[in-house]
Amino acid sequence: MASRKSSSKSRGDNNKYSVLLPTYNERENLPLIVWLLVKYFDESGYDFEIIVIDDGSPDGTLAVAEQLQKIYGEDRILLRPRAKKLGLGTAYIHGIKHATGNFVFIMDADLSHHPKFIPQFIEKQREGGFDLVSGTRYSGNGGVYGWDLRRKLISRGANFITQVLLRPGASDLTGSFRLYKKEVLEQLVEKCVSKGYVFQMEMIVRARQLGYSIGEVPISFVDRVYGESKLGGNEIVSFLKGLLTLFATT
Amino acid sequence: MTKLLQWLLGASVFGVAWGLVVLDLMNLRLPRAYREVAWPMPMYLLVVFGCYSLATVGYRVATFNDCREAAKELQAQIQEANLDLQKKGLKF
Repeated sequence: MASRKSSSKSRGDNNKYSVLLPTYNERENLPLIVWLLVKYFDESGYDFEIIVIDDGSPDGTLAVAEQLQKIYGEDRILLRPRAKKLGLGTAYIHGIKHATGNFVFIMDADLSHHPKFIPQFIEKQREGGFDLVSGTRYSGNGGVYGWDLRRKLISRGANFITQVLLRPGASDLTGSFRLYKKEVLEQLVEKCVSKGYVFQMEMIVRARQLGYSIGEVPISFVDRVYGESKLGGNEIVSFLKGLLTLFATT
Repeated sequence: MTKLLQWLLGASVFGVAWGLVVLDLMNLRLPRAYREVAWPMPMYLLVVFGCYSLATVGYRVATFNDCREAAKELQAQIQEANLDLQKKGLKF
């Protein structure tokens, strides 16, 4: 470890970044995302740890994670598995409990969120002292890959309606690539009850409500390389329900 | 105040103002022209907002960035990562 630390640029602070990776059947993606995370953290010289929260994947994700832990070390890869699928919110709570960093990244483990943006998140946070920095597909150089017209239309339409109804002060509400101050994430997660897409939206809406400052970094979202991406009628209905709930309660 | 209440408040203020002019509730003796303009105003605003929404969403869909380069870069990095991980002893 000493050699790695000395090879990286010296940062005159004690900030440490914990990356929470909730996984379910990601045996192919997990090694790749971990490799990329290590690459970009090492290059930029920030202190980090990766916390893998596997919800009892039947495909053996955990076994792959154990191999990765051997390769990269127990101080870099932490395994905090759970017996079964229990939802994103509780996965974050579970992960935060074990996080030793003062900042926490949340992102998807399916390679749709590229770790190359991590240094930009960190710089953005330091620039403005933000409580949370959110990746955005909808502004600046942000964008998506692998979406057909229908998907783009639904995404833009849903975002527009949400912006009109909630005026949340952030351009991407359903994205889940974000950097939080640890205590801010802890507080928000406790307050948020929604599921799925709406969970991320509720997090940012409540953050604004509680007066937290939000920074944004444009990101490119490359839709799932391995595995299937889902956006069916059910997702849309539950999104609208969630949106109306937030509209009436926040 | 929730967003819902904000909207209701906004709508009531608008509704009252509209009612005052169109139905002349307070005998303001406004010129007839005012009433004629105000009468279709809610419908007119709704149509304008609808057009604005369609135009905005349409424009944003049309200009949604296609991150081809990012996808290509990722594919290349996946190859690189797989080789490196194999070297490090990862069994897939």
